[in-house]
Order: sequence, then structure tokens, then C-alpha cells
Amino acid sequence: MVLDYGSGNLRSAERALARAGAEVTVTADAASALAADGLVVPGVGAYAACMAGLLGVGGDVVVRKRVATGAPLLGICVGMQVLFERGEEHGVATAGLAVLPGTVHRLTAPVLPHMGWNTVAPPPESVLFRGVGSERFYFVHSYAATRTEGVVTTAEHGEPFVAAVERGTVSATQFHPEKSGGPGAALLANWLETLR
Amino acid sequence: MSLAVRVIPCLDVAAGRVVKGVNFADLRDAGDPVELATRYDAEGADELTFLDVTASVQGRETTFEVVRRTAEQVFIPLTVGGGVRAVADVDALLRAGADKISVNTAAVRRPELIAEIAHRFGRQVLVLSLDVRRVRPGDPATPSGFEVTTHGGRRGTGLDALAWAVRAQELGAGEILLNSMDADGTMAGFDLELIAAVRAVSGVPVIASGGAGRAADFPPAVTAGADAVLAAGVFHFGAVRIGEAKAALREAGYPVR
Repeated sequence: MVLDYGSGNLRSAERALARAGAEVTVTADAASALAADGLVVPGVGAYAACMAGLLGVGGDVVVRKRVATGAPLLGICVGMQVLFERGEEHGVATAGLAVLPGTVHRLTAPVLPHMGWNTVAPPPESVLFRGVGSERFYFVHSYAATRTEGVVTTAEHGEPFVAAVERGTVSATQFHPEKSGGPGAALLANWLETLR
Repeated sequence: MSLAVRVIPCLDVAAGRVVKGVNFADLRDAGDPVELATRYDAEGADELTFLDVTASVQGRETTFEVVRRTAEQVFIPLTVGGGVRAVADVDALLRAGADKISVNTAAVRRPELIAEIAHRFGRQVLVLSLDVRRVRPGDPATPSGFEVTTHGGRRGTGLDALAWAVRAQELGAGEILLNSMDADGTMAGFDLELIAAVRAVSGVPVIASGGAGRAADFPPAVTAGADAVLAAGVFHFGAVRIGEAKAALREAGYPVR
């Protein structure tokens, strides 16, 4: 199930998950989002705007409850960033959902947004990247977390940052698997496999 | 480990059909943008750009349909430009499945449009299409010697191209699609002087466009400062395949996907 809180190109996420073999519903309904086998939290744009959108549909409660009960969750791009403790944009800090340790800040790089296909370095124990090999994924963001806990996959643009994290039943990617062609589809299929 | 140079084919679409000729023998329907988009995806294109050159309202509806069908079949980023005049146009295109939209004429007329779009959807969706030519003898001079044009390069504005690039970034443009109207269609190579000039004032990615005629034309554009390269005709007519452009970049030492 894909959570619709007014952010992002939901159609792409929906289609990419369907292609990877899922039965997909897009919903803004908290009860359905809570009950889903797996929940995708997408997100593009500003951190504060995404958090406001999430709060608007009760998404904060849904995410925290799912994490507390071990129900699988996949955050994508800003949908990943809001899982951290807070985001700092233009010197203003916005509280995040704090289900992952760490903060999100503007990357130090000569050209931002970090836009395009970059390499990632997954650790051998990663489930998301199982069988994916050394592929590139599509990123478009200016902010990221540089530290967290769990199975952490890093990438680099100006500085190293968290490209993906897997911690218990919480998974998240800073890149867009739904826009990353074949490797993105393989990663989504790996995540769907964990829901079975 | 580093970001790959993006190679981006651009399709001119009118009323749901590709308007500039396409010359691939094995396409069922060379006028169908969705089929061509799928073909470019399979060849390794890093993104796709549709330029909607439709004039009529009914034609625009058809474009949304093309975007929808493309987004269902192609899982790489899609930028759509042409005729974007208001936040509502952006909303409709993003809902149809576009990842980014590009603006030119409407933003030149009313620069606040950039801020409005960036505020609502984030700057990462907003590509400033910068159609630039050297100021012609007799026309009013600009500080950089380059001026912004609108209406597909047919109309000069007297607006300094570098000053406009800086202003647009301040307002919220997340990327610059730099079209050299002097080089466009010449197939004599990219406008390296222009690319370097715009790179020097840009903290956002710059996509170079205009002038590509052979695979060897692509690496110098990156050396001049481009983060990505875009072309239309040279890909459509099969003069250069996406893979050949990438091979030339790789040989020059640039990372590609």
C-alpha cells in the first residue's frame, strides 16, 4: 500500500510496485495504511511540507504504530528523511517521526540537487540489495542523513551520506527505486519478498 | 564512486505524436512517443524529455495521456516542458506521471512563477529551460553578450542570459536546461563557450543541449561544465546511438551508467 498524503509522483511508485509483483493500493486512509502488509511512504519536496502533509492524514501515528508492532515500512526519498529525528532546512529544524536515529541536513557539495544515477555501497547483510550487484540508482535530493543505525548503505555526493537503511522492519532509500529501472525493480521485489 | 553523466534524448510531441521525424527501422510506429520512449529506455537513456509543442487545448489533453502511458511503461525519470504557464499545469503533469517540468517563456514573462512552483512542489521538479543566443549586431547589448530567447528561439528578449540564470536559481530553479540557439541544428558540436559561462554562475545541475552531431561531440560539453547532455535529432535519426554517446564519454574518463 502506498500512503497518499499529497506528496510526490504516487503513480510511479504504484506502477513500479505492481511491476515487481505487488497488489497495490494508494490510500490516504489511516486505518487501511495501518492494516496493510507493507506500507510505502513516498515523498518529494520540502521536509517541513512533507511532515505537515503526513500529520494531516494521521500518517505520523500510522508510521509509529507500524514500527512499534513490527509491520513493514518502506520510506522513499523525503519519505525516508521524515523517519529520522529531525530535518534542518534553511537553518530551521523540523521534528521528524524519530523512528530512525539521526538528522537530515543539506549536503555539502558544489552542485545541488544531487541529481542522477549514482553508485551505492551496500553491506553484504543487506536484504534490499540482495542479488542487485553494483548497479546505479536514481537520486534527486539536496538533503540527507549522514549517520544512523542498522544495515546502512552509503553513497557519496560531496560527502558520504545514508543512501539506504534497513533496521528491523523499517526500510528506507534516499534514491527512487521506482525511477531506477531494472535495479530499482529488483530492490522493490526484494522488499516485497520480506512481506511474505 | 561518482555521479554518472546523464545522456538524455528529447522528443518533440504535438497532439500525442512525435513531430520531428524518427528513423528507426524496427519501430512499429515511429510517431508514437511511448514506443520511442520505451526504445530509448532499453538503449540506456538516463532520463527522457518530452517537449510539448502543441498549441491547442485539446492537444494538451493528448499530451497528458502520452505522459500517463509513458509513466506506466518506462521506469526512468521523465521531464515534460512546453506550455507550462501556471502551478495548475505543473500539478496536472506531475499527476499524469511526470517527474520534472520545464519552463521558459512563462517564467521570463513572470519570474514569480518559478518561486510558486518551487514552493508548492520543491525545486527538484523545476527545470529552467534557458534558450540562449549571442546578441546580434544592431540588437541592444547585454553584459555577457548572451541573451535569452523565447518561442523556440525565434524571439529575443534583451534579457542577459547569465543574469537570468542566477535570478532563476535564486527563485527556485533546481536545474538548468541550456539550449544554444546558435548551435542548435548545426550538428557542429555543443556551444562550449556558453556552457562554461553558465556553469560558472550555476550551483544547480546544467544540461547542455544544441549542436550534437556525432558521439565525439559529447565529452567536450562535459569538460566545459555540463552535468548532463541532451539531444534530439542526432538520436532520432540513428546518427548516434545512446550507447555510442556513452562509450565516447566513458573513453574520455567520465562515469556513465
